[in-house]
Amino acid sequence: MDKKLRVGWFSFTCCEDSTILFIELLNQNYQEWLRKIDFIHARILRKDDSQELKEMDVAFVEGAISSRSQEQKLKRIRKKAKMLIAVGSCAVTGAPSNQRNFFNRNQKEEIQHILDKFKYQERVFKLSDLVKVDKEIPGCPMDEHKFLALMKNLLADIDGKLYG
Amino acid sequence: MESRADRGAAFNSGFLLLLSGTLQEKCIHFQGGEASLFEFFMHTHDIGDFDISLKEISKIEGHASLDIKIRKNRIEDLKFSITEWKRFYTQAIRGKPVTAVPQMVDRICGTCSNAHLLCCIEAIEKGLNIMPSSQTMLLRRLLYYGLIIRDHALHLYIFALPDVYGKSSILDFDENDPMQHELLHDTFAVKEVGNRLSIVVGGRAVHAPYPAVGGFLKLPALEDVKALKPKLLEIRPKILKLIKIFAEMPFELALKAPLTFSGLVSEDFSFLEGLIQTSAGDVVEEKDLGQHLDAVIIPYSHARGFKFDGSLLMVGALARLHVSKFKLHPNTLKSIRDYLGIFPSNNIYHNNLAQAIEILHAIDASMELIDKLEAVKPERPAPIKPRKSTGIGVIEAPRGTLYYRLDITSEGKIKEGEIIVPTGQNQIAMERGIYELVENLLEKGTHREEIVYEVEKLIRAFDPCMSCAAHFLRVNWQ
Repeated sequence: MDKKLRVGWFSFTCCEDSTILFIELLNQNYQEWLRKIDFIHARILRKDDSQELKEMDVAFVEGAISSRSQEQKLKRIRKKAKMLIAVGSCAVTGAPSNQRNFFNRNQKEEIQHILDKFKYQERVFKLSDLVKVDKEIPGCPMDEHKFLALMKNLLADIDGKLYG
Repeated sequence: MESRADRGAAFNSGFLLLLSGTLQEKCIHFQGGEASLFEFFMHTHDIGDFDISLKEISKIEGHASLDIKIRKNRIEDLKFSITEWKRFYTQAIRGKPVTAVPQMVDRICGTCSNAHLLCCIEAIEKGLNIMPSSQTMLLRRLLYYGLIIRDHALHLYIFALPDVYGKSSILDFDENDPMQHELLHDTFAVKEVGNRLSIVVGGRAVHAPYPAVGGFLKLPALEDVKALKPKLLEIRPKILKLIKIFAEMPFELALKAPLTFSGLVSEDFSFLEGLIQTSAGDVVEEKDLGQHLDAVIIPYSHARGFKFDGSLLMVGALARLHVSKFKLHPNTLKSIRDYLGIFPSNNIYHNNLAQAIEILHAIDASMELIDKLEAVKPERPAPIKPRKSTGIGVIEAPRGTLYYRLDITSEGKIKEGEIIVPTGQNQIAMERGIYELVENLLEKGTHREEIVYEVEKLIRAFDPCMSCAAHFLRVNWQ
């Protein structure tokens, strides 16, 4: 069991399209992936009431960072993950979730009371603004071929440990 | 009377803020009726004080949290909050050309992006008097049935089914138990067919690139569409099995509070056209729906709630079967004869059964469309002639009625937009449902852990989509 790849999947500010794409990629890959991957944290797939984040081989992170609490959680993920991978456009570039960064004065005035009330950060950040990102899978949603190629590499290492 | 007034005052202060005069009466009515409840607890529990705080509810689309304060075994405060961080789409679309906006707004939601796409396109076409061709409408239907299959399957297999089997995840299903083994494999087989249908017709299941204002930018090859039929036929028995499971599921919660069910009704149950009908007998044209939906500010939630003419509202599969079950495909109706009598149902958990039935309908309706399709004509999207106008689009997203109103300038840019999503419309009923459920459970002396589990199960039955609910709201804080 301990030879499985320990994976976390996290979403911040975004539409979670990469999560959906990942779930759809399970359709054709689940028999291999479920054998080789231990989903340590993946709120979309199972109840996760662990108080503390656990150690992970890989953390996939989608979405941009809108608030201090999100920033803190991202940093906790970084500490627990050997490899942090930004998936999808919002995580990699910030866009389109960072569109308020480019609002004109009128647009900004309209939303300011919401930003104040719920303590949004002044700007929306991409992941690499705040933490070290090891790999990126861009695209809106993430580029499925790049994701599959990356998974193949990650799981090849696991195969090496399992059968090597 | 005095004790009842006390109970009213104890009722969730957050919720009371939402209530206008008429609803306040309903609320107090909803509070009453269990006069002996309090005394019962006084005798059986000396201390019944505890808090429930769910920070990130799992197996739903997006982020939501729930806080319940229980004192002396009574709910003192209950807040269901949508905790998605907003991206301000309503502001961001202003000034953008109508040709660009559909591909912007479909980024509101990862799972039902094609619903936002088609609803936005409809609003623009209505505003600019563009009539899509019959081929375009047929392809949009197919694309949409693909969405219904994969989105409902995501919810039913991955989110809801573990609750039926008392598991934390579909991934924990026992490979040595024949039924559980089959269901695990069905999960991915069914989703894949919906996924494939959307990819063939729309270019991708998420944020489909081909659909556009006036038509399709790229058309599918006839043989690729035809090849989908055997795949659809293959998953049909799997869905019959799923329908049976959810029909036999013993979970029940019918709200005591009066609830209006509302949905778009069309002759072929297409999700894309028709008139809005409610369980109260209202019939509303798409263009007038906005006048009936009253926005309600929920101080602790990032999203706003809605009522229908002042009534508690529920939209989605349960509501659709409430108002239009006889419009389902004839083959679907034949196959679900034994279960059709269950609807109209006020049992919130029957939303799962209704979704399973809608998957069957999507399969049957798609197969008929594919059979009828003789050729894919090389049509281009209808030309766009900008004019100052207001366009309204209404479709049934997987989770319920989706409403777009777009004010368009004479240059063909968006001046102002309003988007009302299903989860916003369900949010108040959802909180009310949680309240009633927790009240029932406290009455039975249920433990905290089980209350948490049951509440999550109920929230999942509503199938909320927080990504949708939180991202484009114009909120006026008083």
